[in-house]
Amino acid sequence: MDWRKEFGRGLKDGMPICLGYIPVAFTFGFIAVSGGLPVWAAFLISLTNLTSAGQFAGTNLILLGAGYVEIGLTTFVINIRYMLMSLSLTQKIEEAMGTLKRMLFGFAVTDEIFVVASLKPGTLRAVYLFGLIFPPIAGWNLGTVLGACISSVLPAALQNAMGIALYGMFIALIVPAARDSIHVLVIILIAVSVNCMLKYIPVFSFISSGFRIILSTIAGAGCGAALFPKDDTEYVTSEAEWCEK
Amino acid sequence: MDMKRIIICIFIMALVTYIPRVVPLTVFRKQIRSRYLRSFLDYTPYAVLGAMTFPDVFTSTGSLYSALAGTAAALVLSYYRKGLVTVACSAIVVVYVVEMIL
Repeated sequence: MDWRKEFGRGLKDGMPICLGYIPVAFTFGFIAVSGGLPVWAAFLISLTNLTSAGQFAGTNLILLGAGYVEIGLTTFVINIRYMLMSLSLTQKIEEAMGTLKRMLFGFAVTDEIFVVASLKPGTLRAVYLFGLIFPPIAGWNLGTVLGACISSVLPAALQNAMGIALYGMFIALIVPAARDSIHVLVIILIAVSVNCMLKYIPVFSFISSGFRIILSTIAGAGCGAALFPKDDTEYVTSEAEWCEK
Repeated sequence: MDMKRIIICIFIMALVTYIPRVVPLTVFRKQIRSRYLRSFLDYTPYAVLGAMTFPDVFTSTGSLYSALAGTAAALVLSYYRKGLVTVACSAIVVVYVVEMIL
């Protein structure tokens, strides 16, 4: 198969993620610089971290003057969920993909890239994955620099409104799937219920937000796998449906 | 602000972000046979995104009301399969308008 076509397909699938990332990264750059970080530091964080929740939390701790261990642990706990995502992706990536390529792609496993990659029918090829990660990486860094540089010009109301951008993207990813499958809907409801319990019941208040997400995910996907185990044929059917779209 | 401290902090953040991403990708290469585990991993994205969105989306803007309006807009548009960017931008516009009115 022609690698350019496959790379181009990756780029095309990565474009919506790129557009979704620009406002979020913009917000990050804005918050980091208005909090007191220099522009280069905000850019360096986005360039080396490429993550939203962990990066926001880590930057907040830097600004609060927290210690290295605290920053490391908090960021790590928020990012543990990537282990589940990477593990899930190993099941779809072509087995022949080399270690160096895996290490390069691994840098860019974000929630959105993971979802787009894991919902793509068939085996994932390295060229497709590199096409897929390129626009989001560019958008994330571009957005950060813009936000960092314009931090003093933007009205506060627009800043507030941009806070919902990332969640809007998440909703757009899960709602169509929940509409098609009652199983997916039940799993989402279980995960959200557990998350709410852990967040609002005072006994659990010692659990950090990152760890809360992990527990909710395990509860939701765990119950789902027990209640609605998938047959191998089911994968085939759903892939066929995807191809028709 | 101390430049050396900032750089060390960023390095630590980058490291603890990269490790959980790359270790499973490079270490586990075999196909998982277990039907339960395969289903579990297949359902993971929906559970993660659901838990990350709710209830945190309600505190993501300047007020609860604008967040509720933005969430409602996102839910309706995504139900009718509008794209990611359309849904996200519409939610931003709705939140912005509601906050102007309030």
